[in-house]
Amino acid sequence: MMRGAMQAPGPDTLLSMYASMLRVRLFEERARELFQHGRIPGFLHTSVGQEAVAVGVAAALRPDDYVLSTHRGHGHLVAKRGSLRGLMAELYGKANGICHGKGGTMHIADVSVGYLGANGVLASGCVIAPGVGMSIKQRKSGQVVVTFFGDGAANRGPFHEGVNLAALWTLPVVFVCENNRWASSTAHARSTAGGSIAARAAGYGIPGESVDGNDVLAVYDAVGRAVARARGGDGPSLIEAHTIRWVGHFEGDPQVYRGRDEVEEGRRRDPIARLEQVLTERDLLDAAQAARIRESVAAEIDDAVAHAEASALPRGEDALTDLFAYYPWRD
Amino acid sequence: MARLDFGDALNLALREEMRRDRRVYCIGEDIVLGLPFGVTKGLIDEFGPERVLNAPISEAAIVGSAFGAAATGLVPVVDMHFADFVTCAMDEVANQIAKSRYMFGGQLDCPLTLRMPYGIGKSGGGHHSNSVEAWFVNLPGVKVAIPSTPADARGLLKTAIRDPDPVLLFEHRALYRVVGEVPEAETLVPLGSADVKRAGRDVTVIATARMVHESLEAARRLAEEGIDVEVVDPRSLVPLDRETLAASVRRTHRVIVAEEGPMRGSAGAWLAWVVMEDSFDELDAPIGRVAAPNVPIPFSPPLESFVMPSADDVVAAVRQVVK
Repeated sequence: MMRGAMQAPGPDTLLSMYASMLRVRLFEERARELFQHGRIPGFLHTSVGQEAVAVGVAAALRPDDYVLSTHRGHGHLVAKRGSLRGLMAELYGKANGICHGKGGTMHIADVSVGYLGANGVLASGCVIAPGVGMSIKQRKSGQVVVTFFGDGAANRGPFHEGVNLAALWTLPVVFVCENNRWASSTAHARSTAGGSIAARAAGYGIPGESVDGNDVLAVYDAVGRAVARARGGDGPSLIEAHTIRWVGHFEGDPQVYRGRDEVEEGRRRDPIARLEQVLTERDLLDAAQAARIRESVAAEIDDAVAHAEASALPRGEDALTDLFAYYPWRD
Repeated sequence: MARLDFGDALNLALREEMRRDRRVYCIGEDIVLGLPFGVTKGLIDEFGPERVLNAPISEAAIVGSAFGAAATGLVPVVDMHFADFVTCAMDEVANQIAKSRYMFGGQLDCPLTLRMPYGIGKSGGGHHSNSVEAWFVNLPGVKVAIPSTPADARGLLKTAIRDPDPVLLFEHRALYRVVGEVPEAETLVPLGSADVKRAGRDVTVIATARMVHESLEAARRLAEEGIDVEVVDPRSLVPLDRETLAASVRRTHRVIVAEEGPMRGSAGAWLAWVVMEDSFDELDAPIGRVAAPNVPIPFSPPLESFVMPSADDVVAAVRQVVK
């Protein structure tokens, strides 16, 4: 376990986490709705219910810290304060999407905020992160890189190779496992020997910690300590955040593999309602203020949707650009 | 001019580029001792363990971390040990390195070099002998260079390191101890510039790496029969210098494509198609091909030498198109 506790977040941080979780939630709900209405092509994996992990991590980071994300990555980018317009236009496949329509939901990046990419391949970020850590160390920039991955990804080889390398070379990496109990349709218990992913850290001689991933303050505290450790030159940590996805693996997933009770459990442990309760108890938030925050966040998302709707699709031949930085030759 | 072998020429290129640019580092298995082919030997003494990184046997982490480092400001040179082992890092090369710039709409560059020691020889067997360049010619997003001489090896490696995009450098392991003239002055060989290794009037042999040497040997033998062979080395397959190939075909009107990889779906098949597209009206005979049969590389010497394309095969192919 990592020792010590983070300094408790002040009122501004708490309120900003609250707004951030709402931003993720409303963005994802809107994306689902737009997908169901055929406005967004492709497959869509949303993180409704898992907001505390994205936001607890982002709140513990500096703006110039890096994040490597997953196929369920919108929330990580929204929490890292990527451009909502750029993200939504990208989901629409529009020419002015942040990736010019070439990435889409599962292959999106916003390098300007340190978000180095969602990833369509599980655990790939676990081996990319050590290299980002090497670059940070060489440049002496004091940054940190967080790589998100799911419980299913922890059974791929690159997870082990990446954790081993980061631990071996004392790199400023934080491995954050979002354990939402399901690798697509396969239950955690039926795919993962030993049960605990956090416990795997011990094999590599680094701190491993299991936290309630539906409690943004617990995530913030654990990640904050891991980030401080990484920034201080003491190497990587592994955090397993237990959470629950309220929605299918992908939009349209009939979810025949699980009962409604799990989603009900998720709703009872709604990370946003839990923080709202904390804020209310501390007299930092009242109903009117909560409504104002929700309205303001909803307006940001309306703006992103209106922008995406109004934007042009790329021309077919734009498919031939962006491959190389330098390629004056004819193929 | 100095006389250096192919491995030492690569070593020289690494030293020159590491001196020039502090962001350049080498990573791979056993590279501190310069194993297995001596290319990185002695770098540790000049550049230290922070820039000459002996990695664990973790190909995915070696290649994946190189991508992460390249995307955030460093310039990695990865030693793949044997090109065959890239299979253990295929997601990292094919899905991450090759595609990220494109998928992210050009938001990041990936200036890294993958050194790929490859090729048939000395009973390496099925996991240490394959010519896998065709896999990467078929992979949009990476550049593919394939030198045949010490001077080209040094010049192409330097270019690869300075290139803003990922470059795979295929180093045939039978060439490491081949000696040749290397300019004293720092000399870069650009990508996309083919080189006529022997001028001739009757047939163009387009050959890569070891097959350049086999083709030159074939040309010597065929000259005794009065057949004048031109040997053209593309030096990089992606990008490809189509103009130099077309100019050669305009002189000779006959073409053989010689490579070491298996015949089916190969880099040579692509080259043959390029010749057809650019020079169909110039051709006086069907394009001939020399390549390995479609089997893995076997261990036992007679089996290995049976599948290994040689000067004899080039001679036979040339005779076929000039008769």
